[in-house]
Amino acid sequence: MGAFIEVVLGGLMAGVLYSLVALGFVLIFKASGVFNFAQGAMVLFAALAFARFSEKMPMPVAFLLAMAVMVVLAMLIERLVLRSLVNQDGIILFLATFGITYFIEGLGQLIFGSDIYPIDLGLPKEPKIILEDTFQGGILINIEDLVAAVVAAALVLGLALFFQKTATGRALRAVADDHQAAQSVGIPLNRIWVIVWSVSGFVALVAGIVWGSKLGVQFSLTLVALKAIPVVILGGFTSVPGAIVGGLIIGVGEKVAEVYLGPIIGGGLENWFAYALALVFLMIRPEGLFGERHIDRV
Amino acid sequence: MSAASMPAGPGSSAAVPEPGRRIGDVILAVENISLAFGGVQALADISFDVREHEVRAIIGPNGAGKSSLLNVINGVYHPQQGTIMFMGEKRHQMNPHKVASQGVARTFQNIALFKGMSVLDNLMAGRNLLMKTGILQQALYWGATQREELAHRRRVEEIIDFLEIQAIRKTPVGRLPYGLQKRVELGRALAAEPRLLLLDEPMAGMNVEEKQDMCRFVLDLNEEFGTTIVLIEHDMGVVMDISDRVVVLDYGRKIGDGLPDEVRSNQAVIDAYLGVKH
Amino acid sequence: MFYRENGQFKTSYAEDQGLLSIRQDRWFIWLVLALAFLVVPMFASEYLFKAILIPFLILALAAIGLNLLVGYCGQISLGTGAFMMVGAYAAFNFAVRLPDLNILVVFILAGLVTTLVGMVFGVPSLRIKGLYLAVATLAAQFFMDWLFSRVKWFTNDSSSGSVSAPTVGAFGFSWDSPLEKYFLVLGIVVLFALVAKNLVRSNIGRSWMATRDMDVAAEIIGIRPVYAKLSAFAVSSFYVGIAGALWGFVHLGSWEPLAFDINRSFSMLFMIIIGGLGSILGSFLGAAFIVILPLVLNQVPIWFGIPLSTATASHLEFMIFGALIVFFLVVEPHGLARLWAIAKEKLRIWPFPH
Repeated sequence: MGAFIEVVLGGLMAGVLYSLVALGFVLIFKASGVFNFAQGAMVLFAALAFARFSEKMPMPVAFLLAMAVMVVLAMLIERLVLRSLVNQDGIILFLATFGITYFIEGLGQLIFGSDIYPIDLGLPKEPKIILEDTFQGGILINIEDLVAAVVAAALVLGLALFFQKTATGRALRAVADDHQAAQSVGIPLNRIWVIVWSVSGFVALVAGIVWGSKLGVQFSLTLVALKAIPVVILGGFTSVPGAIVGGLIIGVGEKVAEVYLGPIIGGGLENWFAYALALVFLMIRPEGLFGERHIDRV
Repeated sequence: MSAASMPAGPGSSAAVPEPGRRIGDVILAVENISLAFGGVQALADISFDVREHEVRAIIGPNGAGKSSLLNVINGVYHPQQGTIMFMGEKRHQMNPHKVASQGVARTFQNIALFKGMSVLDNLMAGRNLLMKTGILQQALYWGATQREELAHRRRVEEIIDFLEIQAIRKTPVGRLPYGLQKRVELGRALAAEPRLLLLDEPMAGMNVEEKQDMCRFVLDLNEEFGTTIVLIEHDMGVVMDISDRVVVLDYGRKIGDGLPDEVRSNQAVIDAYLGVKH
Repeated sequence: MFYRENGQFKTSYAEDQGLLSIRQDRWFIWLVLALAFLVVPMFASEYLFKAILIPFLILALAAIGLNLLVGYCGQISLGTGAFMMVGAYAAFNFAVRLPDLNILVVFILAGLVTTLVGMVFGVPSLRIKGLYLAVATLAAQFFMDWLFSRVKWFTNDSSSGSVSAPTVGAFGFSWDSPLEKYFLVLGIVVLFALVAKNLVRSNIGRSWMATRDMDVAAEIIGIRPVYAKLSAFAVSSFYVGIAGALWGFVHLGSWEPLAFDINRSFSMLFMIIIGGLGSILGSFLGAAFIVILPLVLNQVPIWFGIPLSTATASHLEFMIFGALIVFFLVVEPHGLARLWAIAKEKLRIWPFPH
């Protein structure tokens, strides 16, 4: 029983990390209707910036500098890509983010280097053992993951409030609905996009720091983003809480499947389990747990 | 093209059915159709019939449910209640593919052409139910498929002649002006050689000349080929001129049904159009 | 003045519906074929065959397959790598377990297996489209990555999934030298391109395009969405599967699942975007572009005398790649094929400006 709880807890922690990346997806989709495949690349880029900057200066400064870099990136993307593709089909924008992905991956490694860079947040790396009395041997908890969970929760709360309560949040939702209509009521499209991509860059930076602290900043970080796609499918493309719930489900599901199904079918299940789950959802409930239904009018 | 029928033009008041056009038995009958979307009642207890070879108009103010009615007949929407009788078969809901294969074709209010294809390809696509060769034969092309393609091309060219769109046959449809697109859409519907043609506002957004052309086409179709036509139309002159019988809808209910003259003098219809509170 | 249709009157519908109805186009294609079959073999070096021509041809085949699905039928697929993998491993299994089988039969069988797999993964397209479908096909990619690394039966019990292909032989003759392989691949690709052209101008092609443009309207004129979409997945998978088998057997010789991973899928998608969606010619152009680009990028710094480390070169390649994708999507979403068509239009009226 203790082992099972350990697996579940491990899954929950991993899930929170996925959610952090998924949040970035949801933000951009919610506010500009674009599914930003480049989110993973942004996480890598932000993490690289932070890692390299923090080698030379104290972490808070490095953080601000990295944030500034992400804002510049957001502006470049808006000016060079989004502006030229206004009102194109969603699929064209999606494919454009592929291009952005490759570009950012190349640029990041060109500027900041392609080695593995550690991020040391000063958190204990050793897992703690808790509840030794209730379960035999106790349960292992990773402090880093716990911190990540708290950070993610705080981010979610902040973002949810932002979208619901502020005027900018409302404007963002309007833009997601219809670019042209939003423009026609005077919402400054270009500025909104810069804001959105910057906020998403902020989320990417936080996710990058958390993941980087755990795994070290390296190219394979971008593959995490690929895992975040099923999270968004499960949670719904436009739902911030959905990103969290989806992430938890995927995280737990993966770990449980790997540990309990893996020995039967063969290891490495977690590479595709998330996608299989997403596929099932797509067939029964494409809009996800918290997403909005889409109706086609003839 | 037939020389017999020249409509007197939209706005005139002649309403005599052409002599010699034989109107047959009922081929389509909707009974007690009710359709709702969530809380919105689009159609409530609609019943009417359509006889073979006639021109039946559906009129009514905007939002009356006319397009929804056509969508029900086509099988795009499934009514919560009621039945549809077509060609002797009674059903609760229609399957679009089955309906098409039984000879129903339609045009749409907002033009549903295949924008990435040429005029010719759109019309040839309209003939897909009449094409028989399988995918392996098509991969080879030479032989049975080529013969079939050429035979259908000949028929499609007749329709192109009829609609006078020869000059634009290779043009991608997305590049054509609105009036021509409407004509091409009619062509695609005709390519299927339908028994029943449903036209959803075929003359919307057209100028006087374009409307006259379209009227001419509709009447020629009805007389030369005997196609039964159900059309939704806002232009009263056109409706009075070319239709045999008229159904009037308002807020999803039927408020009038009969010959054009009868319907025109029906007080409920007049009230609906003038916006009298009821 | 050279590229005019003046005087070329079509006197029958058969002429009008022909594949190449303009005389100059016909000359051009015959010229290209003559170059491909006669001139190139005489002058090309081994390097040219192995590094450029053979991969270009095989990838063009895969690109045609993908284009049929994405460009003509509008169903997006991010799982091309996975389907190539299926084709390659299926061919491997047939060749190894039935060693006397004619290699052409092996390839066809591999293609058929991929067709079945493709149709299974095409089922989601009946319910979801666009972005969601892209995600579903990603599931195929990751699943196949895992399947061929872990399930020993498929790889004849190789531990990492890596296999070596037996010799490519049929009718007592085997294709060993680069020249021979070139002819084999060229023959297959020309045949398949012709078939693709035929399909696209027939009823099935129109059904695909109608489904792409407006599937509701297509259904109303009698085109069954199930038939249109699944047939697109089927034909596309057949092409991609055979391309995968060719890639493994003729180009690589030995391979592992990594050779067909998600980067391969992306690369194929880029090929048809840059080349032109919905165009057979575009598939060729895109394949050529993607094959030649890395070679050019590697050579250009040397020409300028600025040596780049492999890492830097690879980063730059990524950046240029990404920038080109965005560029094409912004400037000419219909790709090189459209640019080609525009050039032809300009040529028709040359030397007049309009």
